[in-house]
Amino acid sequence: MFFALFESARSALASIYAHGLRSFLTTLGIVIGVASVIAVVSVTQGMSSFIGDTFASLGTNSLTIQSYTPFEDQMKGIRARLTPEDLEMIERRAEGIASITPILYANRSSQIKYGSQTAFSQIMGTTYAYQDVAQSYTQIGRFLAQTDNLTRRRIAVIGEKVRENLSLPENPVNEYVEIGGEWFKIVGMLEERGDIMGFSQDDIVLVPYATMVSLQGNQTRTDIQIQLSLSDSADIEDVSRQLTTLLRNAHDLRSDEDDDFRIQTAEQLMEEFDQIIGMVTVVIGGIVSISLLVGGIGIMNIMLVSVTERTREIGICKAIGAKRHHILMQFLIEALLLSLLGGIIGLAIGFGLGTLISNTIPGFPSASIPLWSIALALGFSGFVGVLFGILPAAKAANLDPIDALRYE
Amino acid sequence: MALIEIKRITKFYEMGSQVVKALDGIDIDVKKNDYLAFIGSSGSGKSTMLNILGCLDKPTTGEYHLNGKNVEALEQNELSEIRNREIGFIFQSFNLLPRANALGNVMQPLIYRNIGFRKRKEMAMRALQRVGLGDRVDHLPNQLSGGQRQRVAIARALVTSPSILLADEPTGNLDSRTTIEIMQLFDELHAEGHTLIVVTHEDEIAQHCHRVVEMKDGKIFNDSTVTGGSAKVTA
Repeated sequence: MFFALFESARSALASIYAHGLRSFLTTLGIVIGVASVIAVVSVTQGMSSFIGDTFASLGTNSLTIQSYTPFEDQMKGIRARLTPEDLEMIERRAEGIASITPILYANRSSQIKYGSQTAFSQIMGTTYAYQDVAQSYTQIGRFLAQTDNLTRRRIAVIGEKVRENLSLPENPVNEYVEIGGEWFKIVGMLEERGDIMGFSQDDIVLVPYATMVSLQGNQTRTDIQIQLSLSDSADIEDVSRQLTTLLRNAHDLRSDEDDDFRIQTAEQLMEEFDQIIGMVTVVIGGIVSISLLVGGIGIMNIMLVSVTERTREIGICKAIGAKRHHILMQFLIEALLLSLLGGIIGLAIGFGLGTLISNTIPGFPSASIPLWSIALALGFSGFVGVLFGILPAAKAANLDPIDALRYE
Repeated sequence: MALIEIKRITKFYEMGSQVVKALDGIDIDVKKNDYLAFIGSSGSGKSTMLNILGCLDKPTTGEYHLNGKNVEALEQNELSEIRNREIGFIFQSFNLLPRANALGNVMQPLIYRNIGFRKRKEMAMRALQRVGLGDRVDHLPNQLSGGQRQRVAIARALVTSPSILLADEPTGNLDSRTTIEIMQLFDELHAEGHTLIVVTHEDEIAQHCHRVVEMKDGKIFNDSTVTGGSAKVTA
């Protein structure tokens, strides 16, 4: 059996080589299919492992609370809110919290000016506790202090990227920038945190929470985010449950009403990201498998041509003693090898493509091919080869020797 | 016991509404080391006879014993086995595999017997040397002359040591000088003890044989044994 396989493989390779260009064009469908699968998988897998690392470094003991309005309510103009009172209530009544801070995003323009330079940045009002919650500390100058909040001082702590965008001096402390028509003095610059998936973590401006509230004017519509970190002994599930109960009471929600807020942990965010990436992989994989199907049909087509071309040869082989399985094997192995060859070339091209993509887009995580995707690509292309090789091979094997010998 | 025993064999083809009787009740025995020619005009049934003798085709009715085995009822794969072991084919148009060299062509039937490469090569080399092509083993068929190609085909037929050599118009595509060479080779093979059956429409070829079977309309018309050995071809 092994012997017959070896002979078939040898003769199949000879035949593939004899029609070099034709074989190449035939496998092109498989090459393109496998290359795109591998490119997509390597990029998304690289991204996924990177995100995993990033979130792991964020720590699993912090929570974010945000208001949440279902889409139908948004259409009716209803908006759920988290208010400063909610924050106060949590501070007073919740247990297991190490530090807690509100975050208020600038709701109008997030434009920031320095001299003739203008940039857009994420401007957030927050408190001194932010540095503990977000594990984000200053490299130059100082962070926001409690007194800044009480006196609504116009000061700002900026990220490295903002300094760069505004062409501020190396040490931007004591420079003045304009935010929303008001002048803010820079008191500190944060440590650099780098990019996540091409988004800079350093393009932020922090101002005192109270200052941001006063800048926003209409305070009845204030909707804040609350970030908090847990004390070492606290269990994240317990704290989430506790916060849910407190907030539901505070918002007077009946038991049949849904939460009008969302409590998110870093882990949840990570899972969501993973889900999205998984979905993208599946969808693109599905689309790409159509191209493998088309590639398989191409192989079947050329194998049928090849059987017709070699009808006389098949007749000769049968006359000198080839059995049905000898002929079947020869053509099946030829289809399999053709397809596998395409798979291997596609694998190489796909990996190259993935590496190219992740290298050309700055800040993009480097590509990685998991072993399962190699196995999948080769397994699938082999499967396609066998699947679409069976019909031509069976046609060859079932030829009548006399008819085949007479074929011109 | 005869090598080939054929009893009341018929072969009918349906051509539309008509039934063509290609063979119509053939009885014939072939003994070991016979040197036999089937002759007849086209349509006489000699090609059908060859196909059935060579186990390429099955008779419609009748019995065929080859080397003691009853072969008329065998299934395709079993017929392949019989062809591989018992029969060496020599065709008019040589029928070599175009992409394999002379050695590869002669080795091919041994693949179906699961013989290892080294042993196969050794056997094929011997067969090629026997037909005088020991120095042309790595030539492709299209690099060989007609006569050389037919010698490769004969080597391929010999390499399996079959019970019978079955030649279908073996010199039909050859010039007269090469025809003489090939027929001399046949005579030698007969002298070495091989059983040869030649299908031809040329009397000169038939004259080499020791027994001439004339066919007409699917029947045996005349079966005569020529005594005194082969005559020379008059070219």
